[in-house]
Amino acid sequence: MATTTSARTRSERKLGWMLCAPAVIVMIAVTAYPIVYSVYLSLLRADLRFPGDRAFIGLDNYVTVLGSSLWWADFGHTVLIMAVSVSIELVLGMLLALVMHRALFGRGLVRTASLIPYGIVTVVAAYAWLLAFSTPDGGFVPKIFHLQHDLVDQGHPVTSFLVVIAAEVWKTTPFMALLLLAGLALVPDEIQEAAKVDGASAWQRFWRITVPLMKPAILVALLFRTLDAFRIFDSAFIIGQNGTNPKIETVSILGYNQLLNRLNLGLGSAVSVLVFVCVLVLALFFIKVLGTERPGDAA
Amino acid sequence: MTTPWSKRIGWAGADGLVLLLALFPILWIVMLSLKEPADVTDGRFIPKTFSLQNFKNVFDQDIFTKALLNSFGIALIATVIAVTLAAMAAYAIARLNFPGKAVILGSALMIAMFPPISIVGPLYNMWRNLGLYNTWPGLIIPYLTFALPLAIYTLTTFFREIPWELEQAAQIDGATPFQAFRKVIVPLAAPGVATTAILVFIFCWNDFVFAVSLTSTSAAQTVPAALSQFSGTSQFTAPYGSIAAAAVIVTIPIIILVLFFQRRIVAGLTAGAVKG
Repeated sequence: MATTTSARTRSERKLGWMLCAPAVIVMIAVTAYPIVYSVYLSLLRADLRFPGDRAFIGLDNYVTVLGSSLWWADFGHTVLIMAVSVSIELVLGMLLALVMHRALFGRGLVRTASLIPYGIVTVVAAYAWLLAFSTPDGGFVPKIFHLQHDLVDQGHPVTSFLVVIAAEVWKTTPFMALLLLAGLALVPDEIQEAAKVDGASAWQRFWRITVPLMKPAILVALLFRTLDAFRIFDSAFIIGQNGTNPKIETVSILGYNQLLNRLNLGLGSAVSVLVFVCVLVLALFFIKVLGTERPGDAA
Repeated sequence: MTTPWSKRIGWAGADGLVLLLALFPILWIVMLSLKEPADVTDGRFIPKTFSLQNFKNVFDQDIFTKALLNSFGIALIATVIAVTLAAMAAYAIARLNFPGKAVILGSALMIAMFPPISIVGPLYNMWRNLGLYNTWPGLIIPYLTFALPLAIYTLTTFFREIPWELEQAAQIDGATPFQAFRKVIVPLAAPGVATTAILVFIFCWNDFVFAVSLTSTSAAQTVPAALSQFSGTSQFTAPYGSIAAAAVIVTIPIIILVLFFQRRIVAGLTAGAVKG
């Protein structure tokens, strides 16, 4: 009988691996190979404009990038956008999740309306925000406030930032709200009822019952959104006038400019490897230090 | 006990606020698209004169109709392949027992967290060497890679909810394994598969980074990339009227998808925890 069981187990294992194989192969091939190739390129002096000039220069590209004020400026921009937009999204997302969950009526309508920012092409949304605030391009916002200067050009970094952050928050709060909604839906109603009977106010119930019970969901939502926000490209690119506004340039745009505009594969690859390392560090921070559960662990 | 009016008004207000905030930028883009091309930079919210000229201009330009075709075709093909591969993997993970499940899910998650910019450079180089630059497969392959984690996670969650014993029960009642699969499991799995397909399609339709880096002409350029390269009707007219019109056109499929499948999408994104 032992042989029959293990033969069945073995064939189940084989079937399992075979079914997973195509998906795994595609995922690994298109990420593992390019990232290794990226690391390799980052160790060369490789510029597509001077193809004969390739040479192995070790960590020189990294020294150049990490010593460059442009990298640190862009890093600062990225972290700023990330921190501010994720914080705002957390608060607004929580409010939206509460409306989606507990509204007396119109829940379907609210959910449908909130999904539209989620589904809309990011570039389209970015253009909407850019054109609303850009004075020379006919923005209605400057007109309302009778402003003569442009709000989103290089000379006005603060307002440019605010517009990028507003665009990001508008676009992704619904996603954050849905992630939080999943956690909210799991808070048992009976506990809330019991607390109400004991005289707890809605404020107290929220902070003492809902939030602590939602902590895993909140951490997962924060993990996803923070990693997403660090990688921001679309909105900052478009609102930054196709990547030409250095005041709101992010690290991803820097990588893009180096690789695809300046065709400097060595430096551009160093930037992209550094971005990858930053994302890894962020993820590890969330998982190891804050104790975020990996989705699928708790299934 | 009927709900007090104050509560009703409160929730109506909350609902209204959400609707306003969510839809206001869309309204702005629609207004922009309905302006006369020459008026596009006049800074008014409501057009001085309503006109459909921008829409005509957009379709006059070959670049947009081709981009629509590219977007649609690439997203569709990527969705079909991704959902098929992910369904096989999710079936295995949800139903079978084999070592390495956690590793597969974990690495799928890692890939979803990947910064696309980190592989855009090598992909650009590789594709140019392989002749895949500016082609449909050139975009479909990276889309697959980044859509698969999303698809696998969503499908695994849905498949875990399916009561697989029903398949056995049908077979006891006399069905062949294939009949049991077709008549019992497929209808139960269909909603999850549909949701996953919608989420993947939206993902591919929206992508900008890969589209703008791995394509250069209307042979494969998708709408987001084409949008950033629009030119106006003449040297002196800003292209924003055309961009707004193109934006409206490209948003319509999404709005239709969301309107019809709101419940599915919410269920998919909340891992099925939330009922409509």
